[in-house]
Amino acid sequence: MKGILKKWKVPLAMAIIYLVVLVFKRETGEASLAVAGDYAKEMILIMPAVLLLMGLIEVWIPKESIQQWLGKGSGIKGMALSFALGTLPTGPLYAAFPMTASLLKKGARISNAVIFMGSWAALKIPQLLVEIEFMGLGFAALRFILTLVAIVTSGYVIEYMMRDPASHQWLNVPADEQQLQKQRG
Amino acid sequence: MSTLMVIYSILAIGLALSLVKSRKKTLMAFKVAGKAALKLAPSLIAIIGLVGLILGFLPPETISRLVGNEAGYTATLVAALIGAVTMIPSLIAFPLAGSLIRSGATVMTASAFITTLVMVGMVTAPMEAKILGRRFTLLRNGFGFISALMIAAIMGVIL
Repeated sequence: MKGILKKWKVPLAMAIIYLVVLVFKRETGEASLAVAGDYAKEMILIMPAVLLLMGLIEVWIPKESIQQWLGKGSGIKGMALSFALGTLPTGPLYAAFPMTASLLKKGARISNAVIFMGSWAALKIPQLLVEIEFMGLGFAALRFILTLVAIVTSGYVIEYMMRDPASHQWLNVPADEQQLQKQRG
Repeated sequence: MSTLMVIYSILAIGLALSLVKSRKKTLMAFKVAGKAALKLAPSLIAIIGLVGLILGFLPPETISRLVGNEAGYTATLVAALIGAVTMIPSLIAFPLAGSLIRSGATVMTASAFITTLVMVGMVTAPMEAKILGRRFTLLRNGFGFISALMIAAIMGVIL
């Protein structure tokens, strides 16, 4: 009960604000309500489909298999794979941190790690569908292309800047922790 | 409207394939979606309410003064910073940015906000540094921020 209240305290506060505004500044309140209503309608139309699509992706392409496929292939193939696999997961970016770390520990290139995280963050497929709906195809397509270029470029620049092995000493985790990782993976 | 049709067509195909292959997994997908919806709902409602209030209270002229052409590069930079420090689910951020553009914000400012929001995470940076190292985190987020500004500038010119 307490948890529910905590989760919903912002919407609750919002409802109270709306009530207050409606009572004291009726016209503004009605205008706000109209905008919010339109906006809610759009969300209700698109969200169930997007969430269900994300559900299907999560069920059929679990994160474990993504992790398995990652790190295979090198050169252009490795890069394309990092990009493509990054567009599939549905979780927030911080879910990618441990995956990327184990990837690097297995010897993946830093550029591919950056590309994977970048496409996970910015180029996810369900996210793109929502973007096209609300921002237009032109906006979404242009942002996609520019972001892809930026991710690949910064991937290689970061790899070059971290070419000194001393700059990623964190890779040398204690043996027992690596063992743990193996058991988990 | 056509985008919605595309999304629902993709969903229909996916659902059909999923149902043919496994009913159990399809049911699981519905459960996953339901859980995600419940998790997303409070922030979704909060953002919807916030946008309503902002657009209800601020006349279009004020909004365009704050985030439109008149505001210039400062607004873009501020939007990029806000995107870097906040954690709004991207599914909610697009409708938010879309309504800002419709009420007078520039494409440059909206894309700066979206790009830093998805690529730069100040809130999660300590966690990222712990798992992936300080240097990697600094470089990835730093490059993310710079590229976001460049992407925004190019998009502002083209669109």
